[in-house]
Amino acid sequence: MARLVVLGGGVSGHTAATFAAKWLGSSHEVVVVTPNSKWNWIPSNIWVGVGQMTKEEVTFPLAPVYAKAGINYKQAKAVSINPEGDASTDKPFVTIEYTEAGREGQIATVEYDYLINATGPKLNFAATPGLGDANGLGKFTVSVCTADHAEHAFEELTKVIAKMKAGERQKILIGTGHGMCTCQGAAFEYIFNVEHEIKKAGVRNMADIKWISNESFLGDFGMGGLHMKVGGYAVSSKLFAESLFAERNVDWLIGAHVHKVEAGKAHYELLDGSMGVEEFDFSMLIPPFAGVGLKAYNKAGEDITATLFAPNGFMKVDANYAAGAYENWKASDWPKTYQTPSYKNIFAAGIAFAPPHLISKPMSSPNGTPINPTPPRTGMPAGIIGKAVAHSVCDLITKGVNAHLHEASMAAMGAACVASAGKGLFDGTAAAMTVYPVVPDFEKYPGTGRDTDYTFGEIGLAGHWIKHILHHLFIYKAKLNPGWTLIPE
Amino acid sequence: MKEEEVNFAKNERFQLTMIPGTVAKSMRTCVVWQFIRFLVINIKMLVVVSKSH
Repeated sequence: MARLVVLGGGVSGHTAATFAAKWLGSSHEVVVVTPNSKWNWIPSNIWVGVGQMTKEEVTFPLAPVYAKAGINYKQAKAVSINPEGDASTDKPFVTIEYTEAGREGQIATVEYDYLINATGPKLNFAATPGLGDANGLGKFTVSVCTADHAEHAFEELTKVIAKMKAGERQKILIGTGHGMCTCQGAAFEYIFNVEHEIKKAGVRNMADIKWISNESFLGDFGMGGLHMKVGGYAVSSKLFAESLFAERNVDWLIGAHVHKVEAGKAHYELLDGSMGVEEFDFSMLIPPFAGVGLKAYNKAGEDITATLFAPNGFMKVDANYAAGAYENWKASDWPKTYQTPSYKNIFAAGIAFAPPHLISKPMSSPNGTPINPTPPRTGMPAGIIGKAVAHSVCDLITKGVNAHLHEASMAAMGAACVASAGKGLFDGTAAAMTVYPVVPDFEKYPGTGRDTDYTFGEIGLAGHWIKHILHHLFIYKAKLNPGWTLIPE
Repeated sequence: MKEEEVNFAKNERFQLTMIPGTVAKSMRTCVVWQFIRFLVINIKMLVVVSKSH
């Protein structure tokens, strides 16, 4: 009997663990180590942040689902990996620290034959002083990265709307809280949902709403933007994003690295090197992501963290990390199998793998401060990668170590994305987009880097319906209800 | 002033963008038209999903 240990129970880890458990059956063991007791459909946190959904609607307990799937679930966080074992055992293992109520802080080891690291990101609030405490519930700004954060964001938003109703003009600032953030899409959704709710509350004329982000142009989204075919034109996402901001009277500040937050003030540096301060009454700023800080040790107990992980804490996989300057970047730099080069029984999936480089063009201010979005690898790509990695591990277990590894390069896969711009059965809107491939391939598609037959976007009520249906569909799938394998990632 | 022209005056940067007019905006929430778009978008998304697995 082989044991697969999956670190993390988010989109990628949950997908990998549940498919592996299904494919391996009871002949082998699947263990999930995740510090959370509940699964969270993160894309709907936006609606929790504006009071249109409750925390309970976007989360569910993991234990019954894993019990049903025959998965050994440990509510704990991974601390370190010993891929060669240690002085007392040759078997590789991970060291975990329980977070389960009643066992908090207990340390244990879990041996593995295969390991999938799908730990997701550490929300690195500490990168920007004042952005938030360790829980993200900062004094000065809010976040929608977790359901708890989103609930807190709504509490603060309610206070601001009450002030506007009382005749007090309010300034709202939403965007990214650091020059190296990703997830601009979440902030994009939140700003337009906030605008929609303020309009519904009848106080839109009392709000000054502003976007602040590290993108060098609106509509970059960490993917270098995209071109869509509309009305016979191939049009940049910049034009569409700017149009939506102008239509909804939302001003913008781009190319901004927020380097300090104080009460009602965000201090920033722009790409031209200038410094400024943006005042606010309510602010939601997304933190940058980092790896969760896993350590690694060899058999002798020496620290080999730098062998397994990039400096940002994400795990090195089969990517080309020596591509060098932007001019040399290729689609083939991106990983295909997500197997670590140093230990063939370790894989990384979802946000946990280290991208070879940015997707957007790298930028920095004259002061040397890098200000550019980092690559998004959430949602559909995270699910597809998790499934492909699980498939590879299952084949390695059942067919032997020479089994063919499954591939899921972000330079060869597309993504469907629905960005809400306001919730409502008949007055809601969302931008429904597909992009193919996620990472542009300028050798295959020399013009825009992408296939414009499969890259499109439009805003409307249909997009909102799709986002709402996907909310229920993916929670249904994650609960492993009948037919769950038929729902694509 | 037409509805779509109002915001052009609010910000210098808005003047360099495109703002949808009344018809374009009403089509975004027209239930019949959006139901058609719902079907079309779903088909397009399924094609991209199938190419990605």
